[in-house]
Amino acid sequence: MSDMTINLKIWRQKNTNDSGHFEDYILAGVNEHMSFLEMLDVLNEKLIKEGNDPVEFDYDCREGICGSCNMVINGKAHGPKHKTAACQLHMRTYSDGDTIVIEPPRAGAFPVIKDLVVDRTALDRIIEAGGYISVKTGAAPEANLIPVEQDVSNQAFDYATCIGCGACVAACPNSSASLFTASKLSHLNRLPQGRPERSKRTIAMVEQMEKEGFGDCSNYAECEAVCPVGISISSIAEMRREYMKAIF
Amino acid sequence: MPSLLEAFQSQVGRKILTGITGVLLVFFIIFHLAGNLAIFGDPDAMNSYSYFLHQFGPLLWIARIGLLLIFVIHAWIGISIWLKKRKARPVDYKVYSSKGGPSKQSLSSRSMAFTGVVLLIFVVFHINTFALGDMGDAMLADGTVVHDVKTLVIDTFQNPLYAFGYTFVMILLGAHLGHGIWSAFTSLTLRSKKASAVIYSIGVIAAIFIAVGFLVIPLYIYFGGGCDAALIHCN
Repeated sequence: MSDMTINLKIWRQKNTNDSGHFEDYILAGVNEHMSFLEMLDVLNEKLIKEGNDPVEFDYDCREGICGSCNMVINGKAHGPKHKTAACQLHMRTYSDGDTIVIEPPRAGAFPVIKDLVVDRTALDRIIEAGGYISVKTGAAPEANLIPVEQDVSNQAFDYATCIGCGACVAACPNSSASLFTASKLSHLNRLPQGRPERSKRTIAMVEQMEKEGFGDCSNYAECEAVCPVGISISSIAEMRREYMKAIF
Repeated sequence: MPSLLEAFQSQVGRKILTGITGVLLVFFIIFHLAGNLAIFGDPDAMNSYSYFLHQFGPLLWIARIGLLLIFVIHAWIGISIWLKKRKARPVDYKVYSSKGGPSKQSLSSRSMAFTGVVLLIFVVFHINTFALGDMGDAMLADGTVVHDVKTLVIDTFQNPLYAFGYTFVMILLGAHLGHGIWSAFTSLTLRSKKASAVIYSIGVIAAIFIAVGFLVIPLYIYFGGGCDAALIHCN
């Protein structure tokens, strides 16, 4: 397989206050086995050698676990593949001569720090508001002390797989963080360990979500389509049910 | 702990309120459609139906005010969500597209604010034309004198602007309900993924039936139907 030449159009922004612009790059020698981030690494090596500023992008694990690499590729958060984080996307998805537009996840609550890197601490503050359980610290408790039905634990685990990448916010036409918040609530409220703070948690996380400036949910379900772990918007329906239970 | 009033102003509360008011409006629309379709029934059916409703007196006014309130809340929340959307994403994407799959992004869902605002404006004109319009009297078969709403309807839809304008708006109503019915169920906490797919299909089919049910009437009248019964001049 011969190497490809890819045309890149990448958002460059010096800092939060800079207005930002797109810059075009032509990158030759792109191998189909490269991951998307490796392709960006090659671009950055080239930029550094030429004495230019490399493109800043977030990553950590590069194995679809950490959620850092959320970027919007040709208008789709994490790129064209379902249930795939940008780091797990490979260049074999593209053909020689393709143009790829790369933008940061855009939301008022996610200010751009530099280029493709955004500040996602708004999601952390939603977690701080109630995305935890109160337990005694110390030695880990005996695993079978609190029995949890298998199907309940499976469902809770499905929601616990949220990696907090913010693709749901990036893809939502309203920039809503409902899928993120709902997946955390559906995970914790479902388990016996999460029960004591159930109502308090639900109200606090919903309130924080709005305070951070995320938009309203319009049930577009685009969040479910871009979620790299495939969390269903059924969780958003569940969040509404939990909220109703909490306020009455 | 927020008060109920505060809770229904939260993002989640607003959405639940949109769902509740939406469902109530769909019930009203179905009720309204049933009345409209009376035009195809017995020559007296439409006027007797209107007479029957007017018999309720003050109760009818309570229903009207309630309906107006529901409509205003639904529209208010919808418009405010749309306005907030720009604030929530000050810089828009250069390229944006749906990833498909489970996504419910469609012309119907993306145009909810537009179709909603058109329907809001339409309702004002609609009430002015039919509820407040000049109506003569008609005599039912049993000799009761009633408002002749049927002749007003037939007269109005002789005008191509009304006939085709109404038809167009009813297509937009169908588009609004295409996303709206399913969305209301999701807002009102429908959790099952399988049921969600079924309800989405039922919602789209119901939206088509409702839109077609409404729009056949102006078209039927404009193209000459119902003229003989009303004994009026038609084009």
